[in-house]
Formats: sequence, structure tokens, C-alpha cells
Amino acid sequence: MTSRTWERFTPAQRLARFTIYLVAVIALVVSMRTVQIVPEFLYDAPTQMADMFERMWPPDYAYYPGGVHEALVESMHIAGMGTILALVMSLPVALLAAKNITPVPALNWLARLILVSSRSVNTLVWAILFVAVFGPGALAGTIAIGFRSIGFCGKLLGEALEECNKGPVEALKAAGAPWPSIFLKAYWPQVSPAFWGITLFRWDINVRESAVIGLVGAGGIGMALDTAIDLFRWTQVSLILLCIFAVVIVAEIVVTKIRQKII
Amino acid sequence: MSAAITRRAFKPNWLARLGWLAVIGYCVIALGSLDITWDRFVIGLENGAKFLGSMIPPNFERWKLLLGNLLETLEIAVIASAFGVALSLPIGLAASRNLMPTWATWPARIVIAICRSFHPVIFAILFVKAVGFGPLAGILTLVFASIGFIGKLFAEAIEEISLKPVEACRAAGAPFMSVILYAVLPQVLNRFIGFATYQFDANIRNSTMVGIVGAGGIGGTLFAAFQRFDYDFLAAILISIIVLVMLGEYLASIVKAVFND
Repeated sequence: MTSRTWERFTPAQRLARFTIYLVAVIALVVSMRTVQIVPEFLYDAPTQMADMFERMWPPDYAYYPGGVHEALVESMHIAGMGTILALVMSLPVALLAAKNITPVPALNWLARLILVSSRSVNTLVWAILFVAVFGPGALAGTIAIGFRSIGFCGKLLGEALEECNKGPVEALKAAGAPWPSIFLKAYWPQVSPAFWGITLFRWDINVRESAVIGLVGAGGIGMALDTAIDLFRWTQVSLILLCIFAVVIVAEIVVTKIRQKII
Repeated sequence: MSAAITRRAFKPNWLARLGWLAVIGYCVIALGSLDITWDRFVIGLENGAKFLGSMIPPNFERWKLLLGNLLETLEIAVIASAFGVALSLPIGLAASRNLMPTWATWPARIVIAICRSFHPVIFAILFVKAVGFGPLAGILTLVFASIGFIGKLFAEAIEEISLKPVEACRAAGAPFMSVILYAVLPQVLNRFIGFATYQFDANIRNSTMVGIVGAGGIGGTLFAAFQRFDYDFLAAILISIIVLVMLGEYLASIVKAVFND
């Protein structure tokens, strides 16, 4: 008998892995060589950053009641309403995407297309589009947040619906229940923990996003930030950043607490 | 009480109903304070129809500019992913409580928390102010975003490993680097590759946007086209962004498939 050597991977697997490493390295080298970076800026960066932080300190707390509070509340409302809008819009898409509820491949594909395009376009880009449609302000921001979140909520909700146990559904069907009752009493109890989890998770993300969409004119604290930066009022900029930071942390704590309670 | 007890199959859940009422109440209050009215919405729909009309057909005449920008976007994503992943490895390792002493985990955890706390766009604005317009600011932004994301997940993955191989290596007198290399990494490599490909995908998505605040890539062109009412070119840019993102998702799925079998 010839001695056999045991190997973890087949030659094809090793070749595939090697190709990926090679492509990654080549892509990195090519990118590093062609991307236009001014080296002086890089050497200069630490000094510039230090200078910027020096000008930011101390934050201008007196600015909060007049300029920040209202915008911050508006941001929170945009995040909340955007999440609710997203849930309302993503429910039908999720129903279409779930193969066990909609056994029509063409409709599944349509739903998946909606989900993918919603996620491919960044919130800021959605915001730009809706500012063009509805004009600057919170309405554009709310709808932008809603449209961006369809992809996320719809995908996760659709997956939760697909994992449902068929037993209760068939029991209700056999008893002759109409479709709304089947959904409410058979599917909903099974997906509701997932639903609330998704809602909380997305709300947390949307709080972060609602803070920046103002940069393109879609309302909220981002507009105050944009103004402060354009006017070089660095102490106000640092105050706004501190406020955003505080709100994001509080939102995260709230989400963690509620999640522990209901799931 | 009367004896007519009707048996209901499903008991009404009053707490849940109150909750739904509260949600509706919040919606009314928020809609009022955001100045969102039906009239504005209807006017907006008319605008929207006009807007969509001027977007069709998409204008691909300036495809050279478009292609150049897409390439820059991709380059930002590639460089940022490489450095972000390379930096988040040691930071994630330092943040894992089961391998490192407290004096190492705390600073690492603070770094990760700072990277995660702000939206990438805010980092992009700060970096544009610090290092000037252009792709460098975008790369730095996405490196920070990557450290925040992968660093956290990697630290969590390391905290979940089985400690038996680690103890075996230590008992055999292996130096620290060997413990990491032979006892820790093999247990987390697969998940790490999953995180890295996901982050590459996310970096492509985000690098299309950092240009809006001047940090390089296709976002700058997109914002310029929007401000000049070049809506047919805007449509072309949007289509190419969606194609690029889907391509990135496809690439990530190939890499994951190769490493997972």
C-alpha cells in the first residue's frame, strides 16, 4: 500500500482560495496606486485634526435651548414616523416575499427586487430624491427613512413569515376562517416577537440616520449641523455632535431594555 | 352578572390594544409637529411625477465621468476594507475579555464604541474638514466605520470560543502569538471572513454616499447632478450605483461560498 497523505482541502478549493487572495491583493495594490490622494494632506492630518478639536472646545451649551432642542425633537419624530411608515409599507412586501404565503414565483421576485433596490440606495440618496419631490423639510426626511427601511424590515419579516409553523394555519383553514383571521391568529402570534425585534432594531438605526439626513435638507438636527459647519461655528458643531451622541446612546439603552422585557 | 358567559376563542388583549392606541396617538402628535399635511403630500406627488418624467430616459452620455467615479468609489471601498479589517483584528482581539486583561480590553472597547457611535457621514464631514476634499477623507471614514463594526463582532466571536485549545497550547508552553495563531484563529476564521465580506459589501454601499459631503467617489457627482437639475444624469448615476452594489453583494457571496465549504 502506498502511504496516503491527508489534506484538508481539495486542489480546486485551494486554487479558489488562492485566487481570492490574489484578486484581493491585486485590487488593493491597483487601488492604492490609482486613487488620488495628496500625500501632503495625509502628513498634515494630525495637525489639522488637533486644530479642529481645539476650535471645537468648549461646546457652546448656551446654544442648546434656541437652536438645538427643537431640531433634536424633530429628528426623533422623523426616526419614529419613518420607522412606522417603513413597517406599514414593508408588511405587504414581506407577505409577497414569503414563499409559503405567496406561492407565485413572479411575485416573490418582484418583492425581492423591491427589497434589494430599497437597500442599495443609501438614506442620504433617498433623502435627496424626496427633497426634490416634496421640497426641503421633515416630510422628505420621514419618507426617505421609510423607503430605506423597507428593504431591511421587509427582508427580515419575510424570513420570519417563512419560518412559521404550518399547524395553526391549517387548523384555521380547516375551520373555514377567512384570510384576515388566518393572518391575525395563525401567522401574527408566531412572527410578533420577530416583528418587535425588527422594529426596535430599525428604530435604533433610524435614530442615527435621522441625525444626518438634514445635511441634504431633509429636516432634523442635521440641518442645524450643516448650518453650524458652513458658518464655521465650531463650538456649536461640537455641542450638536455631543447631543447626537447622547441621543444615540440613550436610544441604544432603551432598545436593549425593551428587548430584554418583551423577547 | 348575568349567566350568559360567551366563550371566546381568543381573549382580547387590552394591554396590546392600549399600546396600539398609544402608537396612533404618537403618530397624530408627530405628524402635527412635523408639519406633515395631506396637501403637501398631494402637491409632492405632482412634483414627483414631473421629477420621474425628467429622469426618464436615463442619460448615459457622460459615461466616462460615470465610470471614473464608479472606479474611485470601488477603490475607496477596497482600500478602506483592507485597512479596516487589518486594524480591527488586533483591536477586536484586545477587546475580548476572555483572553485579555482588563487594562487592554477597556481602551479597545472605548475605541470601538467611538467608531460605532457616529454615523459615517458625520465622520466624513469631520475628515473632509481635517484632510481636505477627496477620496482620502472617504477612506478614513470607512476605515473607522469598519473598525466599529468588525471590531465589535470579532471581539464577541472570540469571547464565544472554546478555551480548551487555548489551555492546551498554554500548558505546552506556547508563546502568546502561537496561542493566538493555533488556538484562537482557527475557531473564528470562518466567521471573521463572513464579517469581512459583509463589511466590504457595506463599504461599497457607504462609499457611494460619502461623496455627498465631499469625501470622494460617485456621491459628489450625484449631488452635483441633483443641484444642477440634471435629473436624467441623476437617474443614470442611481442605476449604476444599484448595479455596483449588487455586484458587490454577488462578489461577497462568492467569497463566502468558497471559504465555507
